[in-house]
Amino acid sequence: METMNIVVLIKQVPDTWSERKLTDTDHTLDRDAADAVIDEINERAVEEALLLKEAHGGKVTVVSMGPDRATDAIRKALSMGADEAVHISDAALHGSDTIQTAKVLASAIRTIEGVDLVVAGNEATDGRAGAIPAMLAELLGLPQLTHARRVEVEGTEVRVERETEDGITHLAAELPAVVSVGEKINEPRYPSFKGIMAAKKKPVTTLGLGDLGIDPSEVGLAAAFTSVVESAPKPPRGAGERVEDQGDGGVRIVEYLAAQKLV
Amino acid sequence: MPLTDEQRALRETVADFATEHLEPHAVHWDQTKHFPVDVLRTAAQLGLGGVCVREDVGGSDLTRTDAVLIFEALATGCPSIAGYVSIHNMVARMIDQYGTDQQRHRHLPALCRMDTLGSYCLTEPDAGSDAAALTTRARRDGEHWVLDGVKQFISGAGTSGVYVVLARTGGPGAAGISAFLLEPDTPGLSFGPNEVKMGWNAQPTRQVILDGARVPADALLGGEGGGFRIAMSALDGGRLNIAACSLGGAEAALTKAVRHLTERSAFGGRLADAQALQFRLADMRTELEAARTLLWRAADALDHGEPDATPLCAMAKRFCTDAGFDIANQALQLHGGYGYLTEYGMEKLVRDLRVHQILEGTNEIMRVIVSRWMLREAA
Ligand SMILES: Cc1cc2nc3c(=O)[nH]c(=O)nc-3n(C[C@H](O)[C@H](O)[C@H](O)COP(=O)(O)OP(=O)(O)OC[C@H]3O[C@@H](n4cnc5c(N)ncnc54)[C@H](O)[C@@H]3O)c2cc1C
Repeated sequence: METMNIVVLIKQVPDTWSERKLTDTDHTLDRDAADAVIDEINERAVEEALLLKEAHGGKVTVVSMGPDRATDAIRKALSMGADEAVHISDAALHGSDTIQTAKVLASAIRTIEGVDLVVAGNEATDGRAGAIPAMLAELLGLPQLTHARRVEVEGTEVRVERETEDGITHLAAELPAVVSVGEKINEPRYPSFKGIMAAKKKPVTTLGLGDLGIDPSEVGLAAAFTSVVESAPKPPRGAGERVEDQGDGGVRIVEYLAAQKLV
Repeated sequence: MPLTDEQRALRETVADFATEHLEPHAVHWDQTKHFPVDVLRTAAQLGLGGVCVREDVGGSDLTRTDAVLIFEALATGCPSIAGYVSIHNMVARMIDQYGTDQQRHRHLPALCRMDTLGSYCLTEPDAGSDAAALTTRARRDGEHWVLDGVKQFISGAGTSGVYVVLARTGGPGAAGISAFLLEPDTPGLSFGPNEVKMGWNAQPTRQVILDGARVPADALLGGEGGGFRIAMSALDGGRLNIAACSLGGAEAALTKAVRHLTERSAFGGRLADAQALQFRLADMRTELEAARTLLWRAADALDHGEPDATPLCAMAKRFCTDAGFDIANQALQLHGGYGYLTEYGMEKLVRDLRVHQILEGTNEIMRVIVSRWMLREAA
């Protein structure tokens, strides 16, 4: 591989530290209710792309679909060191499901010439569907290497250590390919002050559905394959039972567990 | 004064860094008197080693206004570390501003990476506030300068790799003082023991002892006789940064106090429901915002080279370090007995912020600077 042309998908999500809620009317995420930040797993995806760029040379373009204020997440990725960005923003996209989202992202990625690698996070911390990378690979006709905890590129081949509950698998594919990364892949860098100051001068292309040749009726809440009918907040956690240790603590814990049929 | 997107990003990035890398360890470092040099190197990856240093030698080339945002955010994690980083930056900036090209390229890349740390050596055992009365001598000996004297209270001494030393090369008074760059392997240079002190324990404070310390002629920084001017002009920025460190410490203390008052109950209600305490919180927040506003104004004046920049920096230093200490001390009071326990991190903030009223020029000397300027203007 001479130099690499890498695309990273990023998503702006509600801060996991703030209270997240759904809107009452259509059960979509209330994006105004919480602080919006770049998804943590996406920061790792950006970091991995930057490491590959540093090793092989090339360019990193971030692609994000989201409302106007997703520019904050985009700017964070640019300040970390990504070179360019594509921001897909269109009011008609509100409430789109995973399949629609994957289609829109695939069209946007097709506007970038000569992509060698698409890097994404395994799943976003808000929707947690975890399906976009696979759908995207299918739509782009590219091999998918998901749940990576290690990524290496040699020549025109990408090799991945895939970690799931089933264990560790070693995958390899010819580029171009889609890779999704897990939590353990790396520690994302802090943006440097220089990176922060440079971010504003980097090119950001904003695309609407018209630019992508997508009919607004194909996307959004009304056309979604899935719909949320009802939602309720998680019940608060109970106080639990306290066992005061008066020399018999061990026995009483076992008794408790036995009563719950856990031992 | 609205912040730009970049300034908000700078502040957020440093605050995140302080929360992850400083705050969780700050009390432990204080208790064990540990100087976390490795963490400083990580901080330097953000650009903290040369905030206002030009880019060709690895600096971040930011403004004074950017710097006060950065130092305030850094100090929310540990004022002692932030205070040292401020002194290091003062040294780096002096070399950037007054050094020859050769001196800049010799020292600044490593200072910006914080692979090398810097110390600022002005104070002497018998010359603190009256720094122009310093007695450390430098005499010319062929192609060398030979320095004799003792520097007192030097932050980072013993660990640093570059020492800016002010010494007398001419007659009495400010005009007889020159600045020198010393490296640790200088023959005749040694250090006193680490002082046992009230706060600022996460960084060493030592005497710097010059006993026939011999440096090459090109160790002179700026012109002969120009040292005092350099030392004073560096303090303008240094004072802004120390002021910012006080605000960061106060912000951390106030956040803890608000949390404590909402969590703790007495007399059948939350402490936060007592109006006397609510008013106290309101006053603390108001003091903090007023101090910050003055600090930003002073930083802006220094950025734009306004003629009253020096007295404004002195005003900001005096006001912010007094406000910072008072807010932290009140926050301790609001914690009751827990404020006095090391584990809660409150008493450490108070101890750290106390010294900001003393160093970089005492707050009395700040009043000397301000009143002297007022009376001169009036004359
Ligand atoms: C932890 C720590 C770290 C330090 N780090 C450094 C460092 O890195 N480099 C460095 O060079 N120095 C450093 N200092 C020294 C510091 O800057 C001095 O302590 C300070 O300038 C005061 O000098 P002094 O201690 O000699 O007090 P003095 O000058 O003796 O002052 C004693 C008291 O008299 C008051 N006073 C003096 N003159 C006047 C006047 N004209 N009018 C009214 N009041 C006056 C002072 O305000 C003070 O309250 C550090 C000090 C400490 C404690």
